[in-house]
Amino acid sequence: MRAFAYHQPNEISEAVKLLTSVEDCKVLGGGMTLIPTLKQRLAAPAAVVDLAKLPALKGISDDGVTVTIGAMTPHAVVAASPIVQARIPALAHLASEIGDPAVRNRGTLGGSVANNDPAADYPAAVLGLGATIITSAREIAADRFFVGLFETALEPGEIITAIRFPVPVAAGYAKFKAPASRYALVGVFVARFADGVRVAVTGAGAGVFRVAAMEQALSQSFEPTSIASIKIDAAGLTSDIHAEADYRAHLVTVMAKRAVTAASR
Amino acid sequence: MQISFTLNGRPTTVDVAPATLVSDLLREQLSLTGTHVGCDTSQCGACVVHLDGAPVKSCTLLAPSLDGATLLTIEGLGATAGSNGLHPMQEAFREHHGLQCGFCTPGMVMTATALAAANPAPTEAEVRRGLEGNICRCTGYQNIVIAVMAGAAAMHATSAGE
Ligand SMILES: Cc1cc2nc3c(=O)[nH]c(=O)nc-3n(C[C@H](O)[C@H](O)[C@H](O)COP(=O)(O)OP(=O)(O)OC[C@H]3O[C@@H](n4cnc5c(N)ncnc54)[C@H](O)[C@@H]3O)c2cc1C
Repeated sequence: MRAFAYHQPNEISEAVKLLTSVEDCKVLGGGMTLIPTLKQRLAAPAAVVDLAKLPALKGISDDGVTVTIGAMTPHAVVAASPIVQARIPALAHLASEIGDPAVRNRGTLGGSVANNDPAADYPAAVLGLGATIITSAREIAADRFFVGLFETALEPGEIITAIRFPVPVAAGYAKFKAPASRYALVGVFVARFADGVRVAVTGAGAGVFRVAAMEQALSQSFEPTSIASIKIDAAGLTSDIHAEADYRAHLVTVMAKRAVTAASR
Repeated sequence: MQISFTLNGRPTTVDVAPATLVSDLLREQLSLTGTHVGCDTSQCGACVVHLDGAPVKSCTLLAPSLDGATLLTIEGLGATAGSNGLHPMQEAFREHHGLQCGFCTPGMVMTATALAAANPAPTEAEVRRGLEGNICRCTGYQNIVIAVMAGAAAMHATSAGE
C-alpha cells in the first residue's frame, strides 16, 4: 500500500470540498473493496476521505411508503434492522447473505452500490425495488444509476448519502452463490408493487439488468410457473471460470422462480 | 498521525502512518503476534479481531479507523474470562481438538466468541454459517464446529454461574 493523506470530515460539505479540491482523492466507506485494491496497488490515491464520522450517512427510517437507509450503514445492521425486517424482509435477507460476518460488519450499502461490482447483491435490490440514490448533489433513480461494469452515474466528488427504497407488496431475492466468495454467480430480485412487478438480475452480465418479459408475465400472474418457460439470451452474459454464459442464462430463470416463491411466503 | 484507542482493556496511543493496516500495527509495532495474517486478501479470517465488539478482518482495516474505538485481540481474550488464563472458547478448542496446525485458530476463536455472545446456543448449521469467513487449510472443520458449540455452552454456563 502506498502512502496517502487521511481525512475524516465531520460534515458532508467538508467531505465534498476535500474531494473536489484535493487532487487524486478517494472516498473510503467500509473499505472491504477499496482496501484490498489499495493493497494490490490497483489504486494508489494521494488522499483518502473516510466517511465514517458523518452522522448524516447513518440510520434507517420508515415514512410509511419508503424505507431510507444511510449510505454508511453496514450490511449486518441492515440484516438485523427491525424496520427492514418488517417492511422489506427480502432486503434484510439479501444483506444477511453478503460475504461473511466480518465483511458484513464493515461493508456498507453506499460502498457496494457506488462500486457496482457486476456480481454484487445490493444493486439487484436497488434496481428491483426501483430505489432512489440520494447523493451529496441530487437524487438519481435506480434505472439511470447503474451505467456499466463498475460504472455508475456518480460524478467525481459526488457522495452517496442514502438510498430510499419503496416498500413493495411483496419481494424475494434468490442467489446462486459462488462458493468461495459468496458473491452472486446469479442473483435475482423480484418485487411486486400495486401497479406491477420488477425483476432485476445481478451476477449474470456486465451489470445489473431488468427482464421485461418476466415483469410482464409476473404482473399477469405472480406465480413461479408463469416465468418457467421464459429463457434469457446467453449472448452478452458473462463466461468465466465459475460458469459459462449459457449456464448463467439458465440460472436466471431458476433463481427468478425461487425469488417469486420466496416473495409469496 | 496519532491515534488513541482501548486495546485489550488498556488505553493506548500510537503514532502511525495513515496507510497502515491494523494487522501490521498489531504485529509489527505492538508485538501482538497472536493475530495472524493468512491470505492478506480479506478471505481467510486468521486476522479477525473485535472492533467495538464486532468481529472484523484486521488486514482490511486502516489504523486510523481505530481512533476512539475499543479493540480486542486474541491476547486480550484469555484475560477477560475463564479459568487458568484461557477463555472458555479457547478451552473448548483444546478439549475438542479444534485445531491442527493452529494457524487459523486465533481468527476462529475471535469469530466464535462473537458468534456465541450473540447466539448462546448456536446449532451446527448456525456455527458453519458463522464461520464462513474463516478458512482452515488443514480442513479440520468438524472439530472446530464441535468446539464452537461446546465453547458457546461453556461461555454461558460460566457467565450464569458468576
Ligand atoms: C471476502 C469478501 C466477500 C464479499 N462477498 C460479497 C458478496 O457476497 N456480495 C456482495 O455484494 N459483496 C461482497 N463483498 C463486497 C462487500 O459487500 C463490500 O462491502 C462492498 O463491495 C463495498 O462496500 P464498502 O463499504 O466496503 O466500500 P469501500 O471498499 O470503502 O468502497 C468501494 C468503492 O466505493 C466508493 N464509495 C464508498 N462509499 C461511497 C459513498 N458513500 N459514496 C460514493 N462512493 C463511495 C469508494 O471510493 C470505492 O471506490 C465481499 C467482500 C469481501 C472482502
